[in-house]
Amino acid sequence: MEGWGRTSVPGEERRGEDLAALTRGMPLSRGLGRSYGDASLPPPGAPVVANTTLGDRILAFDGQTGLLRAEAGLSLREIVYAFLPRGWFVPVTPGTFFVTLGGMVASDVHGKNHHVAGCFGEHVTRLVLRVASGDIVSCSPTDNAELFWATVGGMGLTGHILEVEFRMVRVPSPWIYQHKERVPDIDTFIGRLKDAASEWPMGMGWIDCVTRGARMGRGHLYLGRWATPAEAPPAAPRPRRRITVPSLFPSFLLNPLTVALANTGIYWSHPWRQSTGIVHPEDFFYPLDKLRLWNRMYGRRGFTQYQCVLPASAGRDVARRFLDLLTRRGGASFLCVIKDTGPQGRGMLSFPMPGMSIALDIKMTADTQRLVDTLNAFVIAEGGRIYLTKDALTRPEHFRAMEPRLDAFLAVRRAWDPGLSLRSALSVRMFGDPP
Amino acid sequence: MNIVILGATRGMGRALARAAAARGDTLFLLGRSPDDLARSAADLGARSGRPAPGLAVCDLEAPATFGPALDAAFAALGKVDAVVVTAGLFATQDALEADRALAARVLAVNYTNTVLFCEEARVRLLAAGGGTLCAFSSVAGDRGRKPVGLYGSSKAGLSHYLESLDHRFRAAGLVTLCVKPGFVKTGMTEGLKPPPFAGEPDAVAAEVLAALDARAPLLYTPGIWRLVMLVIRHLPRAVMRKVAF
Repeated sequence: MEGWGRTSVPGEERRGEDLAALTRGMPLSRGLGRSYGDASLPPPGAPVVANTTLGDRILAFDGQTGLLRAEAGLSLREIVYAFLPRGWFVPVTPGTFFVTLGGMVASDVHGKNHHVAGCFGEHVTRLVLRVASGDIVSCSPTDNAELFWATVGGMGLTGHILEVEFRMVRVPSPWIYQHKERVPDIDTFIGRLKDAASEWPMGMGWIDCVTRGARMGRGHLYLGRWATPAEAPPAAPRPRRRITVPSLFPSFLLNPLTVALANTGIYWSHPWRQSTGIVHPEDFFYPLDKLRLWNRMYGRRGFTQYQCVLPASAGRDVARRFLDLLTRRGGASFLCVIKDTGPQGRGMLSFPMPGMSIALDIKMTADTQRLVDTLNAFVIAEGGRIYLTKDALTRPEHFRAMEPRLDAFLAVRRAWDPGLSLRSALSVRMFGDPP
Repeated sequence: MNIVILGATRGMGRALARAAAARGDTLFLLGRSPDDLARSAADLGARSGRPAPGLAVCDLEAPATFGPALDAAFAALGKVDAVVVTAGLFATQDALEADRALAARVLAVNYTNTVLFCEEARVRLLAAGGGTLCAFSSVAGDRGRKPVGLYGSSKAGLSHYLESLDHRFRAAGLVTLCVKPGFVKTGMTEGLKPPPFAGEPDAVAAEVLAALDARAPLLYTPGIWRLVMLVIRHLPRAVMRKVAF
């Protein structure tokens, strides 16, 4: 079995419509397998995990309040295409819609609107879990609250998520009004990103993280809001066609030279200083989903995504120092995304904190572990942390140094699962669980 | 179209019900578990933004439930255009050879009881002036093969019955559609190694709806299985005795 970054371990998944029956005795549930590292992979001692994707029924939707209750294997793509044409959208979406509701809770995903909407968990009103004892337990912010907030962002380690209830939000149209800017360097970028946060509900930046010197950190800033009915095209957006990357894609095509060329090419692909217009919601939220199985481009060894959040307290120049370290170390990355982040979520291991998030895809080589160690040392010194959903290589001592909330999370987990029967390859690596 | 579906809570039946609801068909769900039916009805309602379909309990292991369930469906829908049976039981050849009680259940559900259900539906459709009766058989019924002997024999009987029904009653307005899915990745086939040409339930659903619209008598789905089975049906016995499929 593989994570999205193609980290692999021996293991198998079992699917079934009845999640309550399926998850009995299993160490872990897995959805669409979009976590990059080992978060959805089985521990060595229990190699069969529950795949929840057949448990995908919507159990209730209230057209007045937007409250939606569904089985945990329901994919975000299904939700988007069932509800967007009717004027509803999820309150928070990650950058791919090939995720399940259960995965969105377990990773407490954030999106381009984190500075205004927080993480997904803020909008969840109730969860139904199969906990380690085998019992089925309902929890909410008021009912078994500790279990609830340990599960939000808890990487599936507190119980199998069977059902999720959350609040959808009304949108004025199913289209996005986008403002795109070409930004010449990292300092301008951070300034623009922070300024835009007060005017635009959604924003993110793509950064060329190869170019050094005065133009270091140049890139594109994407800002957006839902289009008004007057601005929007009359028809609802049609699902985009997908192209599948072949399994034998020659991964040598991704090398430092092509990555540098591609970064420059992408930068100049938008020759205007700025442009505005109506865009398809898939193009705005899920640009990479048009390439099915794009992770194959990195070849058999795969890649890792390094995503960290750097706190506002580290100063505005922290992004410059991070990029300087990265480009000096030659960590050429095809994709580098920067986002403004708002207040820390209530999930006990929820990733974001006020500041900015930087994510980069790094091809797996013999040097990648050292690069991640170097970046982690920087992040620890600046008071930031990494995102477990993306991680494959962070050392346990580094994670502990980043995460003062870890012991509180582990205590809740122990209270519900003293025998640590619920675990993953990640929890074995990071929290020292028995194999 | 107004469609009654037995088996809409799972697998291909679930996909078919969703595809039908998405294009505006009105459904009525029959199935074994009231709770499971209610969840599927809620799902279909929420996805389509229309009222949730009606439902009635109907258990393929309990023929006494067939008539009352169909009566409820016909009463609720008024006019019924199609009755579809996707429900059935599956077990591997090894399991069926080892467990006589299990074999009896699978044979009874897939053949005897499915035929009895179709008879109840046939009578009602004909009385209402016609319609379509559609049941999911299997490519496993096309040829006596090593890995699906017992299961396949139940489907062979069903296919035989469905063909005869189409010949006998089409002139009177009753169209009978025999659907023969190849290997489709559902909860039923979970744990089996997918062969080449394994299909997805959504693709099957689209093809079944098209076949219902076209009043077709027979559908291999996904389409490639028509060719696969054409070859397998013509393999000599000496070859079938040697190969593992």
